[in-house]
Amino acid sequence: MSASDDLNAFVTRCDLGGGDGPLDDLTVGVKDNISTEGVETTCGSKVLEGYEPPYDATAVERLKDAGARIVGKTNMDEFGMGTTTETSAHGATRNPVDTDHVPGGSSGGSAAAVASGDVDAALGTDTGGSVRCPAAFCGVVGLKPTYGLVSRYGLIAYANSLETVGPMARDVETTARVLDVIAGEDDRDGTCNAETDDYAAAVEQPTGDVTVAVPDELVGEGVDEGVRGTFDDALGTLRDEGATVREVSMPSLEKALAAYYVIAMGEASSNLARFDGVRYGPGGEGDGWNEAFADARARFGDEVKRRVMLGTYALSEGYYGDYYDKAQNARALVRRDFEAVLDEADVVASPTMPITPFEIGEALDDPLQMYLADANTTPVNLAGVPSVSVPAGRADDLPVGLQLTAGRFEEKKLLRVARGFEKAR
Amino acid sequence: MEDTERIDSEDVEHVAELARVRLTDDEAEGFVDGFNDVLGYFETLDDVPDDVEAEDDYQNVLRADEPEPSLSQEEALSNADGTEEGYFVGPSVS
Repeated sequence: MSASDDLNAFVTRCDLGGGDGPLDDLTVGVKDNISTEGVETTCGSKVLEGYEPPYDATAVERLKDAGARIVGKTNMDEFGMGTTTETSAHGATRNPVDTDHVPGGSSGGSAAAVASGDVDAALGTDTGGSVRCPAAFCGVVGLKPTYGLVSRYGLIAYANSLETVGPMARDVETTARVLDVIAGEDDRDGTCNAETDDYAAAVEQPTGDVTVAVPDELVGEGVDEGVRGTFDDALGTLRDEGATVREVSMPSLEKALAAYYVIAMGEASSNLARFDGVRYGPGGEGDGWNEAFADARARFGDEVKRRVMLGTYALSEGYYGDYYDKAQNARALVRRDFEAVLDEADVVASPTMPITPFEIGEALDDPLQMYLADANTTPVNLAGVPSVSVPAGRADDLPVGLQLTAGRFEEKKLLRVARGFEKAR
Repeated sequence: MEDTERIDSEDVEHVAELARVRLTDDEAEGFVDGFNDVLGYFETLDDVPDDVEAEDDYQNVLRADEPEPSLSQEEALSNADGTEEGYFVGPSVS
């Protein structure tokens, strides 16, 4: 038994890849919503119990080709919908730093497996913070790449316009090495047409004089005192390394969380329509297809039902303009604010999460409280820019992450600043 | 938008039907408070301007429409609950 078994970090164990290649020294965990040929892929849901994809996701194929050994599928909030990895049909994952606490979510199994030392790296997916949140809560590095840098082919979709596949590891360099392999153009994902680059080599170059913007909106009243203190120390470290830190205002961020949830739920209600028990997953019983589909879909957990229903509601006639149109307008404003700030600064900094990890069970019955914890991560997905969480220290003996965000396709600069911080801390 | 009217369990049941998600009465009742909290929070968006110009920097990615190797019929059907003569078996249309 390994540490991860106690933590419930893995849903399925496997042994794929492992030939010669640039990643042949790494063991890797893959989140359970990323397709692995012949290995059960459930998205943490009873709806996909027994589903064995007939093909590999592009990111998985590239890991295997690079010689990485994929040792298991990691636990996650059902379909990525959660901030704690408690909504999984396979039970909650525990935080290796303190097992009374959640590992964050939705890629909580990936983060826990990396933090416990069970794997060298992992793939997560980030729709509204699902790589960065668990990285922060477990004290590891997690990167959400620019939208369009890593192929989503074989990622079982939740909210296509927001989600990305991203690497997690115990240090920035390993994170960059995995990115080197999984990034770059893929004919099978029309949104992925960017060239890859040598991120790992870029990481070791000197950071130079960087300008760091800190938006007032992300360090305000919602941020725990302990988290704020750790974040201020992190800014001090960056300053000692020669960075110029500037307070800025990004007023659109006040609307970002609501806009994010409207868009994510809307896309989820449409994406998850495919789960009807006919082509994959256990079938439903009932009189006629509506009854049979509704029966198969009764297997969704509560959080998935909630988001599918709220998305259906927000997109329905008479409400669409109030919710979806407004949310898309807010999204355009958020993009603009990021562009304007990143025109003047190299990176935007904030605490990754405004709080330390919830206790197990604490947030499960109060969906809005759980959503509010995503205030600092969701704006990044609306803007499509790259963002990394690096360990910044602890508050109340629990890990705190520093979130750094750069302009589109500026991963080299972003990871260099992250590495500079990691070394100096 | 005006203040959202409070959602009740009948509204939840209606949306559940639209979304083809079967709920028991108790389950529907259990979603009511969360729905109202979240929809109430969405009112944050009320004062977002209607006349934001969307950026036009998107472009279509096209390719030639040429047949390429893909999943075999067998592979495509390999996870189906029921199949017959190379087809998916779905519930009856009533």
